[in-house]
Amino acid sequence: MKDKIFRLLLMLSAALVLFICGGMVYSLVSGSLEAFGHFGFFKFITTAEWNPRPDQEEYGALSFIIGTLMTSFLALLFCIPFSISVALFTGEYFRGSKLSVIVSSVIELLAGIPSIVYGLWGFYALRPLMEQLNLSTQGFGILTASIVLAIMIIPYASSLSSEFISMVPKDLKEGAYSLGATRMEVIRHVILPNSGSGVFASYILALGRALGETMAVTMLIGNTENIPRSLSSTGNSMASIIANQFGESDGLKLSSLIAIGLLLFMITAVINFIGKLVISKFNKV
Amino acid sequence: MIPDKSRSSSVSFRIFKDRFFYVCVCLMASLTAIPLIWIIWEVLKKGYRQINLSFFTEVAPTTLEAIKAKNAGDLIPGGIANGITGTLIMVVIASLIAIPIGILGGVYLSEHRNNRFSSLIRSLTDLLQGTPSIVVGIIVYFWVVKPLSSYSAVAGSVALAIMMLPLIIRSTEETLKMLPGTLKEAGLALGASYTSVVLRVLIPSAFGGLFTGILLAVSRVTGETAPLMLTALGASAVNWDITRPTSSVSLLIWQFYNDPNLVDMIWSSSLFLLVLILILNIIAKSVANKWRIQ
Repeated sequence: MKDKIFRLLLMLSAALVLFICGGMVYSLVSGSLEAFGHFGFFKFITTAEWNPRPDQEEYGALSFIIGTLMTSFLALLFCIPFSISVALFTGEYFRGSKLSVIVSSVIELLAGIPSIVYGLWGFYALRPLMEQLNLSTQGFGILTASIVLAIMIIPYASSLSSEFISMVPKDLKEGAYSLGATRMEVIRHVILPNSGSGVFASYILALGRALGETMAVTMLIGNTENIPRSLSSTGNSMASIIANQFGESDGLKLSSLIAIGLLLFMITAVINFIGKLVISKFNKV
Repeated sequence: MIPDKSRSSSVSFRIFKDRFFYVCVCLMASLTAIPLIWIIWEVLKKGYRQINLSFFTEVAPTTLEAIKAKNAGDLIPGGIANGITGTLIMVVIASLIAIPIGILGGVYLSEHRNNRFSSLIRSLTDLLQGTPSIVVGIIVYFWVVKPLSSYSAVAGSVALAIMMLPLIIRSTEETLKMLPGTLKEAGLALGASYTSVVLRVLIPSAFGGLFTGILLAVSRVTGETAPLMLTALGASAVNWDITRPTSSVSLLIWQFYNDPNLVDMIWSSSLFLLVLILILNIIAKSVANKWRIQ
């Protein structure tokens, strides 16, 4: 009897995750119905207008979607050379040595810094630098936000890909060495092709992190409601518009913000799903 | 003569390329340490002056107090006591919610490895883990803040608990998977019930791993800001009533950041937060190492 109750308790705890996810989707969808009903789903995601004036309210998510995608993909682009180097450093060149332990603890520490501290550092240290280099007028903008985001996602991309790189079978590498390949050629022709999809998946998961990042982006992107036209222009991301305006809104505006939250949730869910799918395929081979 | 020369130059070129690539990798890998050092340096340099006893015992100053102190050339008075207590309350309540549920859920997943329900739960746990923190904030706003019709520490705790839950479930599952199956069989063979095998054998043997996972989950949510903005809101006084708006260290940093007169306080608060998270990480790591040796 006691065992039965305990087993039930175990199952209920696991099922709670199901309830939370289900409730989450339900609440987001029911909260955003008003906005989608008023503007239409398709129009909502293709309009860049964000006008809270009482009589002529009009909300569209396009500029925030573009802001989020631009910052995240740029961040991914910036983070690739660094994280692949870190992954090769800890997973191949110095595998199992003290040096790789040091590098991976540095990376772990980077992952531990809260997003708001990254934002402060970006605002007070990086922004003046960007201003001096004339990269953007006040130092705010897509580029500044992406650089900070790139630093924030390096740990996620490199720790996972280092694991996949170190999993490449030894005999494959030794075969290439015995044919006279240099280490770089082994990396290029043996290691990367063999760990490729795993490394790719770790970048996808890092992208998922970047999409949902809120505070650091909010502090650096400039918070203007327009479509960013260039790297130096300001904009707004989906997460930061929610963080900035959620507290003071109601009615249609609140519903529009929830709709943006739902879109963000869907985008990150799809990205994470693709990442996990690639990894599970990789593990099966 | 000629082909021979070209071959040797191509070999030396390949070796050169190899060396060059090696140097590039080392250079780029070491470059990633720069932001870390820069951030820590920035926070230490600007933050250490504000750290004193009153920093831990007094509440955050108002703008007026800060202006007065600045005009007199003093340090800004006051501290972040309301933030520290708020963070403490919310993290403790979130842990009380997330740890038991997370461990039990993790036990379920490790006990039922291949059935369809647990693989569904596993994917949903990943989904929850990847959910942006601001979305968790929105959800808890609807689930807790609206029904209670007030921002509150409870709401903040629920948001943090939802973020901790997937981390604890997965770390529990991974740790329990590493335990030898004979351990469980020995317990059952001695006539122990399933409940006592799980509670007295499996969980104690996996304690180190579970503890590490919990500490890492706690350190992950300690610095969270975005979900708390939508749930706990912030308060200017120390608040022990969990049904009322409460501040946290990270919320205070956000508040100081938005008030030009209080800007000096952000660095010391960030320093406090960084040290706190660092300590949690170090404890987690040393527990993990100790556990691995046995």
